[in-house]
Amino acid sequence: MARLQDIDALMREELIELECPKFGSDPWVDAPKLAESRVAVISTAGLQRRGDRPFDLGAADYRVILGETAAEDLVMSHISTNFDRAGYQQDMNVCFPIDRLNELAEEGVIGSVAKYHYSFMGATAPEDMEAPARQLAGLLKADNVNAVMLIPV
Amino acid sequence: MGGLAHYLEEDGLATTQISLIRLHSEKTRPPRALWVPFELGRPLGPPNDAAFQRRVLMATLGLFAAKSGPVLEDYAEDAAKATEDEMEGWVCPINLSPPALESNGAAPDAGVISEMKSLWPWYDMALEKHGRNNLGASGLALEGARSVVLSFSTGEPEEASVPGVSRGEGLRLAVDDIKAFYVDAATAQPGNASGSDVQDWFWRETAFARLLHDMRRKLMASSDEELALIGEWFLVPSSHLLEESYYR
Repeated sequence: MARLQDIDALMREELIELECPKFGSDPWVDAPKLAESRVAVISTAGLQRRGDRPFDLGAADYRVILGETAAEDLVMSHISTNFDRAGYQQDMNVCFPIDRLNELAEEGVIGSVAKYHYSFMGATAPEDMEAPARQLAGLLKADNVNAVMLIPV
Repeated sequence: MGGLAHYLEEDGLATTQISLIRLHSEKTRPPRALWVPFELGRPLGPPNDAAFQRRVLMATLGLFAAKSGPVLEDYAEDAAKATEDEMEGWVCPINLSPPALESNGAAPDAGVISEMKSLWPWYDMALEKHGRNNLGASGLALEGARSVVLSFSTGEPEEASVPGVSRGEGLRLAVDDIKAFYVDAATAQPGNASGSDVQDWFWRETAFARLLHDMRRKLMASSDEELALIGEWFLVPSSHLLEESYYR
């Protein structure tokens, strides 16, 4: 249903007209072989650990999600009403596939799974997330991450 | 999402991503993106289908093999839709009849309280089935969240409803927790309901949704700018705004 024609008229119009930032270049970093990759997830689903500060309107900051965070300790506080939550409520892997990544690591398909993962709230303008994103780059490298998987909602 | 990819890649990290709105990925040109045709909110596809999720994950990670970019590929496999037979069995968890309550002169909040009571066994079943609940955004217990929401509905909003957040944000988070209760209860039902099936049930058949539509109209007229904003945009999904007349 993420085909534009399947989305309701009000939201479709908003999505089509949404101004996207333009970037002056196409950055590229060669990726490691999958078996040598240490993978971190960055979600924009507005995920937080239970008890963390919820995301609020215009939030450009992020929350830290430990890889071992149990499903019952994960909470979604995204401000948008315009996406399905029933899938996530039944299975967090729908937007935070930590179980699937751990399986791939156990099988040796990927090298390992990062200790720290992160979530933003995607309703915020991308430009506002630049400073925290660049801060995250350093934190990810400190966790020896060399492959980042970005997952919207 | 595409912006995050640019910033991280510029700072030396290889990224790959799922794309939900292809048009946006075409515009922002992230280094590696896999467009998927699934419902918004389900980037990895259907819940409780590990094999499907794994295929999506592998396709996304597979983009790391590209030698140059940007790369924008389409994922060919769609999520299975429920058959008519399956959906025939998917009805709202309990036959809610709030209009009957209201026609007997009961206040809307009485209808919500009664409705939630009738859903509680299904909510308990959801906890058992899913191993977790999805409340917690507001940090309030369910009854506390409901009390906050109903206080706005009756025109006597509780002050400082959620510690540490504004009154409007507190209301929005409390509403989200109550919605999560309803959705948890609904998804305890057997069947293969899609997100839109659950949404349609919630927004067309529950007293709580009717209360939210009423509250939206009241808040939009509020002199408190934040409350007016929350009311207009963050209580009712755009997919059901056009059906507002349904509730009048």
